[in-house]
Amino acid sequence: MSVATKVLVGVKRAIDYAVKVRVKADKTGVETANVKFSMNPFDEIAVEEAIRMKEKGLTKEVVAVSIGPQKCQEVLRTALAMGADRGIHIQTDQEVQPLDVAKIFRKVSETEKPQLIILGKQAIDDDCNQTSQMLAGLLDWPQATFASSIEVDADTSKLKVVREVDGGLETLSLGLPSVVSCDLRLNKPRYATLPNIMKAKQKPIATHTPESLGVTLDPRLQTVSVEEPPVRSAGIKVKTVDELVA
Amino acid sequence: PFLFFLLSFRSNRPTAPSLPQPSSITKPPHTMLTRLASRSALRVLSNATQSFRSHGVSVNETISTDKRPAVTSMSEQEQFLREHTRRFAETEIKPKVREMDEKSSMDANIIKACFDQGLMGIETAPELQGAGLSFMSSILVVEELARVDPAVSVMVDVQNTLINTTIRKWANKAQQEKWLPRLATDTLGSFCLSEWGSGSDAFSLKTKAEAKGDQFVINGSKAWITNANEAGLYIVMANVAPEQGYKGITAFLVERSNPGLVIGKKEDKLGIRASSTCEVILKDCVVSKEDILGQIGKGYKIAIESLNEGRIGIAAQQLGLAQGAFDYTIPYLMQRKQFDSPIAKFQAVQHQFARASCEIASARVLTYNAARLKEEGKSFVEEAAMAKLIASEVAEKVSSACINLLGGVGFTKDVPVEKFFRDCKVGQIYEGTSNIQLQTIAKAILRAYEN
Repeated sequence: MSVATKVLVGVKRAIDYAVKVRVKADKTGVETANVKFSMNPFDEIAVEEAIRMKEKGLTKEVVAVSIGPQKCQEVLRTALAMGADRGIHIQTDQEVQPLDVAKIFRKVSETEKPQLIILGKQAIDDDCNQTSQMLAGLLDWPQATFASSIEVDADTSKLKVVREVDGGLETLSLGLPSVVSCDLRLNKPRYATLPNIMKAKQKPIATHTPESLGVTLDPRLQTVSVEEPPVRSAGIKVKTVDELVA
Repeated sequence: PFLFFLLSFRSNRPTAPSLPQPSSITKPPHTMLTRLASRSALRVLSNATQSFRSHGVSVNETISTDKRPAVTSMSEQEQFLREHTRRFAETEIKPKVREMDEKSSMDANIIKACFDQGLMGIETAPELQGAGLSFMSSILVVEELARVDPAVSVMVDVQNTLINTTIRKWANKAQQEKWLPRLATDTLGSFCLSEWGSGSDAFSLKTKAEAKGDQFVINGSKAWITNANEAGLYIVMANVAPEQGYKGITAFLVERSNPGLVIGKKEDKLGIRASSTCEVILKDCVVSKEDILGQIGKGYKIAIESLNEGRIGIAAQQLGLAQGAFDYTIPYLMQRKQFDSPIAKFQAVQHQFARASCEIASARVLTYNAARLKEEGKSFVEEAAMAKLIASEVAEKVSSACINLLGGVGFTKDVPVEKFFRDCKVGQIYEGTSNIQLQTIAKAILRAYEN
């Protein structure tokens, strides 16, 4: 019995985790030209969780959403190949910061009306860890972040989410609709199989722009400079504990 | 002379300086070139001119600028497939490679993972549970798998280029519907041609199939059969009429459950140890008429054609092997320091790995070109033979050079390159030895130069 007719999943196109990132000479950011991009690993976990819910019959439809340049379609295709039903691409070449991402997702939710939004806890390029929290705030929905396990009670339509927090594990009960962000240990994402990759080509991706949704991008943070971490210097030896503490 | 070369290179077979086939061409060369060419070439040109004039095109017209992609250019889908397979191989297969090699046994989970990923039915139609992709896709998958483990690669290669292709081309509708889905989802196949007494001389095989009413009884024993330990389906070449020589050879589909088929001795090999290579014994093995692939007496043609294609698959495997050894070695050279410098900075070392890279690049171009020719429906037998010959030799040269460059550690099992070196040897032997490939190429050359 499905508790959620529709689950929305956010997928971000980020620099691949295996790439050795280099800082640009002008210190405005990192090198992105000719660098490999792929789906943010936490978002893969989010997609996997949504697909598993669909396979268990807990939801009828999984919709993947991505914001960014044309190439985001590749990341959407990966989500479709993993099993998502439809893709939504909000196309823009501008930098989109978490608050704007949340605003766009809110707008998409108004049309799509999902019962559950699953996001990765953070993107590995900016490590903001803000979008799901801001989105829940804007929508005024309950939220659970850093989920390491999600159980659905089909009878009560409630989620039982175990979160990884600094002190250990916290268990929350949430009603729907709600926003959940995924942590590393939630699941191990599947590889898209070849036949599914081929089938994904037939699945639809709808394209919009932030403007067409009525959202004006309004970045409030300005990156002043990006630098390499300082080169590791030699350790120093101290003779006594007092010297160390001083 | 350049012109002569140009014309003969453009058509697909290196034909004598006669008319290039219209379909494969290119308008006539620029006039300036004709002035530079020698007399014999001019004769060629005038012949060519005749044919082109007959098609209403004059010599003075400029060459068509149809842009053709480089042989190594990949479509977006092919690039995606390559990355996808590489990721799968690095994460799922790499951790098990050494263990499978030591135990001389393919991990059942790896086999299942290859099936689940859809790697075992790459060209099979989607309605029959396949991925519906091109031959080039199979080649890319085989190459990427070999970069991590040539044993897993050969298993996937045999399944796609020998077993699936043979069934797609020669099986009747009922057989295709019965077998292709199983081969794509859970059943491994084996191609049983060689015997103890017949390797290169494949068609002197002695396995017999005696007709008994509506059935055939097969007796004989096959040797060197890849995948034999894990297979569920065996394509067995047997002779129904030995007095007719090779014309009696017929291909039969035999299931593992058939009591007349027994897996015999498993070979203890130098390399690709995880890939099972066994004797397959047919003892009073009863099959029905419905199990014949194609027709009686078609076995020779079936085998020859499958092996021609399979050759490109092996070339891809050897290419991936060379690349895998190379990709491991270069980062090591950049880190390893001697005499206060990374050894990658020493000129002698640089010349060695630069040359190795050239070898790999040439093997790649030969392999991809043969694959693309096949996809275009053009003649590819000679190119396939060249690709396999060169790629297998490159694999040996490169893996050997890499062990040298790595020094002492290269000689230990702690580093994967010694395995690549052991694995590469069979590349010059199976699916047609290097000598056989040279024969094939020589014959094609003589045919081409006959006039």
